[in-house]
Amino acid sequence: MAATLDIKGVEKTFSIDGRAVPALAGVDLKVEPGEFLTVLGASGCGKSTLLRLIAGLDTSYEGSISLDGQRIRGPSLDRGIVFQEPRLFPWLTAARNVALALENAPLAREAKRRAVDEHLALVGLSSFGNAYPHQLSGGMAQRVAIARGLVNRPEILLLDEPFGALDALTRAHLQDELQRIQQDEQITTVLVTHDVEEAVYLGDRVIVMAPRPGRVAHVFDIDLPRPRRRTDDRLVQQRARILETLEEISGESARPLATQPVGPLEARPALA
Amino acid sequence: MRRGLTLPLILLLAWELASRLGLADPRILPPASQVLLRGWAAFWNDDLLGNLLASLTRDLAGFSLGTLAGLCFGTLLGLSRLGDRLLGPSFHGLKQIAIFAWIPLISMWFGIGELAKIVFIAIAAFVPVVLNTEEGMRGASRQLIEVGRVLTFNRRQRLTRIFLPSALPAILTGIQLALMASWLATIGTEYFMTVGPGIGGLIIEGRERFEMDQVMLGILILGVVGFALNAVAGHLGRVLTRYETA
Ligand SMILES: Nc1ncnc2c1ncn2[C@@H]1O[C@H](COP(=O)(O)OP(=O)(O)OP(=O)(O)O)[C@@H](O)[C@H]1O
Ligand SMILES: [Mg+2]
Repeated sequence: MAATLDIKGVEKTFSIDGRAVPALAGVDLKVEPGEFLTVLGASGCGKSTLLRLIAGLDTSYEGSISLDGQRIRGPSLDRGIVFQEPRLFPWLTAARNVALALENAPLAREAKRRAVDEHLALVGLSSFGNAYPHQLSGGMAQRVAIARGLVNRPEILLLDEPFGALDALTRAHLQDELQRIQQDEQITTVLVTHDVEEAVYLGDRVIVMAPRPGRVAHVFDIDLPRPRRRTDDRLVQQRARILETLEEISGESARPLATQPVGPLEARPALA
Repeated sequence: MRRGLTLPLILLLAWELASRLGLADPRILPPASQVLLRGWAAFWNDDLLGNLLASLTRDLAGFSLGTLAGLCFGTLLGLSRLGDRLLGPSFHGLKQIAIFAWIPLISMWFGIGELAKIVFIAIAAFVPVVLNTEEGMRGASRQLIEVGRVLTFNRRQRLTRIFLPSALPAILTGIQLALMASWLATIGTEYFMTVGPGIGGLIIEGRERFEMDQVMLGILILGVVGFALNAVAGHLGRVLTRYETA
């Protein structure tokens, strides 16, 4: 059912103040139907930009992004995205915000109402359906946004640091729920995160991006059966290896700075 | 609210005393009590209520017409680049013309009857609604517009789900301004096109007969109605935008 996502030679350049800023350069990536891909990388290395291109929000780039050979020309309900910010509509209640995603879905009114209730329950906000965004905490708002992204059951789901604002317990719960839904419905998923543990726990594959210009630096296959245990030795080992890679990359991109005289205070390693 | 009444009451008292103590010529400034008595008499004998209703009906007709047209036109300027390019410069030029400068033109086109008055009032209401609607629509969050694109909103959904609610606070400000502008314009037309009943006509009539109490009565009513309109609009605005941090 789901399609293969094929990203070929993608380059994206922004212009800031007339100056060309390369955000992505030569990104090649193939995501199989039903695959769970997680993306790591330093701030500013183009992760959000990549998701926006896949979502079809920006079509001015070099290279091609296609689904089963069909080039992506714009947004579609088959591709859902949860943005880095909640982006809730301030004049709508939490429930109405979630319902917004079903507005153009071919469902009966009753089915829509049920889906909205179910997804509010999924993110633990059943009793906040009538709350307005300004009455929610940052993490609660982000959970409403996650519900809005899931309620439509897209074929491809793009998530931009969706769990960043959550406490550890809620985060673990939502990771498991996301994994369950993703497995049940075989949703092709691309999840951006800063949390290496989250990346290895959820991903079939973890890609590590490097900055300036943004590119795929390393790919790690996480070949472990699900359901996984968070404390599994093999996960812990993968995590250590990926952390090492991340440190290497950040060391590389920081090298020009290191040629300057280093005082005794700055001599400590950046990543403790 | 209650404290806001203190000053008007003191002024009323000062007015009464000034005229009673002979500080002001009672023919120029009749005592407040006399004005109120005049109001009482006018209510029973001169169809004060009928005049007031005539003014208010006229005001409401012009206001509704102008506001409705202003909403549509402001939306066009705010959302359609072509519309803005074609019509924006003309509108922004024309709005510089003082509202009363329109009167000769309007009376040539529409006469000096009821229609002309309503058209004039409508123009007065139109301008602030257009300006605020346009600005409100332009100010819609780009992030939310993007959410609308992701959810494949069509043109109608973009308007009703994103642009109108985004612009609502600005639109309400525009409507409140229009309410005041159209009430001023109502009185203005009644001064300049003195045909038919209305509070403005009452004032002119009082002036011609040199009956200051009738003039003062008219002015008092204008003030009270203006105050009431403003209060109602302000309250409505707050109720409608309650979702903004309560
Ligand atoms: N609309 C834009 N206009 C100009 N430059 C942009 C724009 N959006 C992103 N960029 C640039 O592209 C680069 C990548 O940005 P992006 O938001 O994709 O980073 P990111 O990997 O998501 O970072 P973070 O982890 O902090 O969210 C940055 O250098 C940024 O300055
Ligand atoms: Mg980002």
